[in-house]
Amino acid sequence: MSPISRGFHGRRRPDVDPARVPPGQYVESGFPVLSYGPTPHRKLEDWSFTIGGEVGAERTWTWEEIMALPQETPTVDIHCVTKWSKLDTSWMGVSVDVLLEGVETEAEYLTAYSDGGYTTNLALEDVTGGRAWLVHTYDGMPLAPEHGGPARMLVPALYFWKSAKWVRGLKLTRQDDPGFWEVNGYHNHGDPWREQRYWND
Amino acid sequence: MERLTRFAPVWRVGTARSVRPENAHASTISFAIPGWPGHLAGQHVDVRLTAEDGYQAQRSYSIGSPPESDELMLTIERLEDGEVSPYLVDELRVGDDLDIRGPIGGPFTWAVEDGGPLLLIAGGSGLVPLMSMLRHRNAAGSDVPFRPLDDVIYRAEFEDMPDVRLTLTREQPPGWEGWARRVDRAMLAELGPAPDEHPHVFVCGPTAFVELVADLLVALGHDAAAIRTERFGPTGTP
Repeated sequence: MSPISRGFHGRRRPDVDPARVPPGQYVESGFPVLSYGPTPHRKLEDWSFTIGGEVGAERTWTWEEIMALPQETPTVDIHCVTKWSKLDTSWMGVSVDVLLEGVETEAEYLTAYSDGGYTTNLALEDVTGGRAWLVHTYDGMPLAPEHGGPARMLVPALYFWKSAKWVRGLKLTRQDDPGFWEVNGYHNHGDPWREQRYWND
Repeated sequence: MERLTRFAPVWRVGTARSVRPENAHASTISFAIPGWPGHLAGQHVDVRLTAEDGYQAQRSYSIGSPPESDELMLTIERLEDGEVSPYLVDELRVGDDLDIRGPIGGPFTWAVEDGGPLLLIAGGSGLVPLMSMLRHRNAAGSDVPFRPLDDVIYRAEFEDMPDVRLTLTREQPPGWEGWARRVDRAMLAELGPAPDEHPHVFVCGPTAFVELVADLLVALGHDAAAIRTERFGPTGTP
């Protein structure tokens, strides 16, 4: 039973449908930045994206090749484990379904890996079927470096640490291999609607 | 530095034991929390307020007290349009109870056995988790060399630390003989430690400040993997 804070009323936003805000979250109008280290600054000519690991043949795209793939423009709500949610964020990028087209694999998991050494693990079923994108544009502008530019993952159904910034590839794996925050106390799956923040959630 | 912090934080009730204003915008609140498992310097907690109608709001706050302290100290800056911080800074009274969950956070931690040198760079209330590290260093009697760079809060405590060279980059009192400008590359180079001393570097503050300082440190040759950051507040990109 939580203690009542006398005189605390909160600042509930009348403009926000409570059904869109997961438990323990609040709606943020800005776009906070959470990163455990310096922001990498990767030039587009030195950038590439690779699908590898447990696959028949590794595939790598240059920036131009990624931009030549079919582009989608998802508008989604995002939820950060540090409590803020941001509604109706608009992005442009390539569906992970497109990147995985023709890839033969028995893997059920993958690790997204990034410039700067960041990793995060995902189940293949959480990034396929229109659930995830490699995005390079936010709100009509090139994605800023502090938000993960030139390109980041967008997996809106999970807490946003699963949407790896500065992503350079997906390594498909047969076993689930916990990533950076997942070995540092954060939940392995990270579903905001079940408030899966930490290991014991 | 690859410390595995296998935390499984549960909600506990904390009771406010003291509330002390640090300046016009920030107060330090000390909590007694039965069952508190201890923490590492640099970690944070989740705080949850509950209204009479059951509505709840959660926010994260850095721990300012060292692991050696009996009580958990949070220094909270009032965000004028905030939901939780104005209540904590202005309304919370000694004896009040609230929900606290923690400790949380792995990479942004330092313990005496990690060694040094230590370079702590804070913007505004970003000093709070760095102060936990500094208090831990002093409480443990460590001689790990460090250089703090900051402003405003905890001034009196710094003045009692003989080996601290404090750098005030925003406002300086009369007679101030230290640095008197915003952080820049030359300041970081002179302040040191040099990259070849392999310092543990912690930078905490508003996003734009942390981006600037971290970029400058990397440009000076510091190993990006040795620079740990925590950013707060929205960016200019809405």
